[in-house]
Amino acid sequence: MLNAVIESLPYILSGVIVTLGLVALALGLGLIVGIPMAVGQVYGIKWMKKLISFYVWIFRGLPNLVLLFLFYFVIFPLLGLNVSPFFIGAIALGLRSSAYQTEIFRGAILSLGEGQMLAARSLGMSKNQAIRNIILPQAFRIALPGWSNEYPILLTDSSVCYAIGVMEILTRGNQMVTRTYQPMPIYFTCALIFILLNYGGLHLFHSVERRVYIPGFGSGER
Amino acid sequence: MTEITYVLKVEDIHKSYSGTEVLRGVSFNVSKGETKVFIGPSGTGKSTLLRCVNQLTIPDKGRVWLNGEEVVHSHNKINVYRQKMGMVFQNFYLFDHLTALGNVEISLIKVKKMNKRDAKEKAMEELRQVGMEQKAHLYPAELSGGQAQRVSIARALAMDPEVMLFDEPTSALDPELTGEVLDVMKNLAQSGMTMLVVTHEMGFASSVANEILFMEDGKILESGSPEKIFYHPEFERTRKFLSKMTELYGDLSQKNG
Repeated sequence: MLNAVIESLPYILSGVIVTLGLVALALGLGLIVGIPMAVGQVYGIKWMKKLISFYVWIFRGLPNLVLLFLFYFVIFPLLGLNVSPFFIGAIALGLRSSAYQTEIFRGAILSLGEGQMLAARSLGMSKNQAIRNIILPQAFRIALPGWSNEYPILLTDSSVCYAIGVMEILTRGNQMVTRTYQPMPIYFTCALIFILLNYGGLHLFHSVERRVYIPGFGSGER
Repeated sequence: MTEITYVLKVEDIHKSYSGTEVLRGVSFNVSKGETKVFIGPSGTGKSTLLRCVNQLTIPDKGRVWLNGEEVVHSHNKINVYRQKMGMVFQNFYLFDHLTALGNVEISLIKVKKMNKRDAKEKAMEELRQVGMEQKAHLYPAELSGGQAQRVSIARALAMDPEVMLFDEPTSALDPELTGEVLDVMKNLAQSGMTMLVVTHEMGFASSVANEILFMEDGKILESGSPEKIFYHPEFERTRKFLSKMTELYGDLSQKNG
């Protein structure tokens, strides 16, 4: 049993970089799409708000695996794009995450109250200047604890990319199971890797939270 | 053009919220260096009136002139007008992610496009004027209400406004902290700043105002010198309101200091 683990470990571990790549790209894509959508959702005009609500509704409403298959078997082939499963996985996970991140940042912006915007406008700032310099820097800090949640969610969700053959941790584990016929130790190894990655990531986010701490936002100690 | 002699000219402002008329035709003129104090019961549109002046609230009807130029709510121009009309809010609304210094600096850097060093120098000067230079590096959460309000006054003054609008600047403060804010405002009035003040501080009104305007029901019921309004009001309604205020806050003649 131990032999199976020792034999498979280097192969499975080389999937860590793929898994973390998926998570990083998805988190980044979610952020890039999520923030403007949150701003549009709060300050935008009516049709814009409706469109964003629709987007959020779709991407939160579809199961991860369904979304992945839609992208892999339908959308990308229809567009005639030849994109690797890795990037398709990252895009599907990222767009789904963007819907959640939109809601996270929208909540943070709304929690600020109207006074911050009023004060900024009273000083002659344009709406855009106020959003960039006053609203978003505060919304980031308020959103951070909830936003950090996206990391373990994406980390665990990334394993569905096994279904389209992305060479991440679970895919590699599966391959080793079919080779060694030792599911128990190998899946256990995969589980351990995921839980350790989770632990490391949470530490990273907490240290970010401490670094950007400002009196009046959050506890600062952890 | 007669408008030029007034810093601010406000004409026939109307504003309704979902069918309820909050302002029903308010007009007044403000000369340079003058302090006008608006008093009256809550919910009579005093705060809305101030916000209509700098167009944070867009009036349904009526016009505003600043130095003879009409204030129009067109996209870029309004931001230029607002720089010239500093506003101080009841709840301070300091930017919570910035230090006291950062609060004063940010509009100098982002709106006036000053370089960082000049902005810091000017911001420190403004903080000194309100006695807050020692606390420049504290965040709003670390300041008392009175200190926070003084910073917000410095923040508005940094833009070198022509007029300052005070919207119940001491209503969120306990009596102990009210004094330090009123002192700053008195100094400001004496230094020749043009000010519009909405307040329930009758002592401040009687000692600083050039004119007091009593508002009720979305209109200016009567106006005049403190002497006239406090001792010889024309309307029974004004007298009643003032005697209520005296009952609540004590004789105003003792607060004149």
